Amino acid sequence: MSEEKPQLIVNGKRLDGRDFDELRPIKIEAGVLRRADGSCYLEMGRNKIIAAVYGPREVHPRHLQDPSRAVIRYRYNMAPFSVEERKRPGPDRRSIEISKVSREAFEPIIMKELFPRSGIDVFVEVLQADAGTRTACMNAASVALVDAGVAMKGIITAVAVAKVDGQLVLDPMKEEDNYGEADVPFAFLIRNSRIESIALLQMDGRMTVDEVKKGLQMAKRGVMQIYEMQRDAIMRKYYTEEVE
Amino acid sequence: MGEDILMDIKRDYVLSRLGDGERIDGRRFDEFRPIEIQTNIISKAEGSALVKIGGTQVVVGVKLQPGEPFPDAPDKGIIITNAELVPLASPTFEPGPPDENSVELARVVDRGIRESEAVDLTKLCIDEGEKVWLIFIDIHALDDDGNLRDASALAAIAAILTATVPAEQFGVGDDFPLPVRDLPVSVTSLVVGDKALVDPSRDEISVGEYFMTITTDQEDNIVAMQKSGAYTFSEEKFYELINVSVTKAREIRRLLKDV
Repeated sequence: MSEEKPQLIVNGKRLDGRDFDELRPIKIEAGVLRRADGSCYLEMGRNKIIAAVYGPREVHPRHLQDPSRAVIRYRYNMAPFSVEERKRPGPDRRSIEISKVSREAFEPIIMKELFPRSGIDVFVEVLQADAGTRTACMNAASVALVDAGVAMKGIITAVAVAKVDGQLVLDPMKEEDNYGEADVPFAFLIRNSRIESIALLQMDGRMTVDEVKKGLQMAKRGVMQIYEMQRDAIMRKYYTEEVE
Repeated sequence: MGEDILMDIKRDYVLSRLGDGERIDGRRFDEFRPIEIQTNIISKAEGSALVKIGGTQVVVGVKLQPGEPFPDAPDKGIIITNAELVPLASPTFEPGPPDENSVELARVVDRGIRESEAVDLTKLCIDEGEKVWLIFIDIHALDDDGNLRDASALAAIAAILTATVPAEQFGVGDDFPLPVRDLPVSVTSLVVGDKALVDPSRDEISVGEYFMTITTDQEDNIVAMQKSGAYTFSEEKFYELINVSVTKAREIRRLLKDV
């Protein structure tokens, strides 16, 4: 980057006033779409994400069917207006990769064997992007899957850790992502309110082994807070339905 | 159908040997197959390498040409990495536009080179804001006997090491070697339950495509990671994978020093 790199940490605080291990404000709402079997709207800082789940349903094209289990498809897509400079519509190489690794995080968690020959489609649209979209999308997709009643072994909760100005920070925003030294998105399988394993892990940048290990601990703490909010969103939906 | 049954038999065999704490080809869990690097095999390319890891073969060609810089980096060269999983390399590869596997392969290799700053892009400016060198790294799979990823990453850095910037040909000064300042090395493991198999062969991969790739630079920093495959793994396993990757990368880096 030849543009002037701003100082990202001033007096021990981040540009938006957050502490190093503080998440951006999060808002989650389940069941926001009428046509989808399950859906979720999620905001994480300035990210605005909407996720829909269709299925289990018939698979088209038919040759993709698996007689022993459900086929999972996951599509991460950014709206053309979601970023500063208009994004050309449709999948680019980055979206293809994100869709793949995200799907692979959900595949071992969804109980596919219960739905032979069927397909479960997860569609996630980024309406507004501000760094950490793949993790925000996975958090929304998780809630949408629960909302659709898809049987899962647990829930996926995701967050990124970055290194900026030599400091590890949780849930980086755009400026930190652009000018930071490293970015590590994590997703975990959470089961019975306990982090059980790592479901997604990517990294680019430069970090020492020790920093990566510390980053993982930071992500684990962050993710438990998000998990509570995902739970809360799901509970809220069922609570209102009961009152009606 | 016949292929499916064969895969099932292979998978059972791999798993039963793993149960005895062994790999089917007798390798240690952290052992690579024999690695061979040949460079400058394509004279039309500015840099090239053929890498063999066991039965896996990949050619990487590096081509350079002047082009327009990105507006946010007017004085820096540009790396463009692409991978073609051509049908010649495996019965499961199909012709057509790049699928998610080839996109992912290219992007993982690209990340290792980019994030380790292996190529000094600041030395690849011809005319600031107007013209810089574009570096095309093209990965061409020849034979997929497992772990195309490490073979591709190794071939890419080897090809870069031997590349010359063809300045004379384009009338912009004298030719010079592509400036290299780091040697990223990727190490991919197959994660099977509580075991991790470094440099998995195709037969071993019959148990499932459960990969974890960790790329390190010459100071043992981690510069890229990629978990791919429908599985999850524990924190302990992650730390173990990091240790193995750092150690193995150091050994492979020694091979690069001879290039």
